[in-house]
Amino acid sequence: MNLTAVAAIYKFEMARTFRTLMQSIISPVISTSLYFVVFGAAIGSRIEEVDGVSYGAFIVPGLIMLTLLQQSLTNAAFGIYFPKFTGTIYELLSAPISPIEIVLGYVGAAATKSMALGLIILATATLFVDLRIEHPLWMILFLVLTAVTFAMFGFIIGIWADGFEKLQIVPLLIVTPLAFLGGSFYSISMLPEFWQDVSLVNPVVYLISGFRWAFYGTSDVSIAVSLAMTLVFLGATLAAVTYIFKTGWRLKS
Amino acid sequence: MQSTNAAAPILAVRGVSKIYEGGFQALKSIDLQIARGEIFALLGPNGAGKTTLISIICGIVNLSAGEITVDGHDIGRDYRAARSKIGLVPQELTTDAFETVFDTVSFSRGLFGKKKNPAHIEKVLRDLSLWDKRDNKIMTLSGGMKRRVLIAKALSHEPELLFLDEPTAGVDVALRREMWEVVRKLRENGVTIILTTHYIEEAEMMADRIGVISRGELILVEEKAELMRKLGHKELVLHLQDPLSAVPPGFSDYDLSVSADGSMLTYSYDTNAERTGIGSLMRRLAEEGIRFRDLSTKQSTLEEIFVNLVEDRA
Repeated sequence: MNLTAVAAIYKFEMARTFRTLMQSIISPVISTSLYFVVFGAAIGSRIEEVDGVSYGAFIVPGLIMLTLLQQSLTNAAFGIYFPKFTGTIYELLSAPISPIEIVLGYVGAAATKSMALGLIILATATLFVDLRIEHPLWMILFLVLTAVTFAMFGFIIGIWADGFEKLQIVPLLIVTPLAFLGGSFYSISMLPEFWQDVSLVNPVVYLISGFRWAFYGTSDVSIAVSLAMTLVFLGATLAAVTYIFKTGWRLKS
Repeated sequence: MQSTNAAAPILAVRGVSKIYEGGFQALKSIDLQIARGEIFALLGPNGAGKTTLISIICGIVNLSAGEITVDGHDIGRDYRAARSKIGLVPQELTTDAFETVFDTVSFSRGLFGKKKNPAHIEKVLRDLSLWDKRDNKIMTLSGGMKRRVLIAKALSHEPELLFLDEPTAGVDVALRREMWEVVRKLRENGVTIILTTHYIEEAEMMADRIGVISRGELILVEEKAELMRKLGHKELVLHLQDPLSAVPPGFSDYDLSVSADGSMLTYSYDTNAERTGIGSLMRRLAEEGIRFRDLSTKQSTLEEIFVNLVEDRA
């Protein structure tokens, strides 16, 4: 295991985050605060409690998930796409490192960054609403699993993309809708029965449900199912990444 | 079997072919061995396969057939050991933009699994006259400086085998001479160097051996001196006192030609031949009463040899 190389990639990627501190950290915090003001305070004050939790508090896990999904995805995607775009990928391909080490470096850095953002948003949320976390360890587990899974997903997108448009299109057209429709701002049980069934094919439902259970002990689907589905997604992204490096798909001719 | 490690080639390429998706055959069964410590120049026109060969050895392009070992390590099965010995300076100026010179070179060292060594990085940067620029962002550097950064990155992990893919393309004369100096120093330190170049002057000055690649085939590998001697061909030019309208009859044994204005008689001969025929030609000319006021000789350059080789094949 070339851990020095993993550390080098990780450090390189984290340095990129710190260079763009404004864009990386402050902007998600501001946009999340706006969600709290609009949904939590303005609209939320007119909504009854959901599953025994005030609406403002109810949306906190969903908001954290929303940021976590977007940030893991875009950071990992950009992290591996940029060397492809500039051509510096030659160095990565010619270095004595294994695919696992490359993934550890890029995905590790993207997941770290998004988890840090998730925790910052959690801290910001305490300024607006009263929070309780019933199962903190489970919360951390879901945070880590989701961040890693979506960073892997982003890594795959970054390798697949051959232009900036493709790089933007998946987060914009797929992940954001899935996250919004996955119960960030409502409980699935509030939907008509037909749409509840449709929702169950949305992977994000399981992530948000499990994450919310860690906070309030209530969930749309059982915690075991949530955890199992999360692990399935992680496994799927792992398989895809393994295939990519085995064949050199989009990396080597 | 090879008795000592030092005698074994640092690079052995056996039967390597490359067919790109779409069917283009970039390389046709290349065989090549590079001895430790030599400077090898790979010459060939654009699209001949030089960069493809280097990219395969370095792990950037997959090979279609064949086998490559670097210091005895197979580049597929034992890629870690093989790649850690290689430094690559690519043809394109592909650098990061926002990182500083020092950071990007340190990153390269880390990527190759070597422990931090600021003293070594400093030495590399000083040797390449980059030390003053160590805190500059790469995007602020000139093209020549970026080229040096790429070399510094390749040297950051102390490679034993260095690939320079057109290192002096688009580089001014002063910098080119400086780079030659760097290459010489590296060789003194025991680094084996493989360079591709368009500047035949460069190969002529630097290389111990020369390989010529054309349309994916390695058509020739030869010691430089041997190549010059073997394919060398010399011309003796006689500046005549009285112009001739044609080669005089009775000289058909000699490869002679007369210039358009008739003032010069050129004799082409092979430096390898047992007898160059100059002595007998002179006597015959004297007998015929053809007198000259001056004479000069001209030896073919590597460039002419190279052009002839490639054209013969075309």
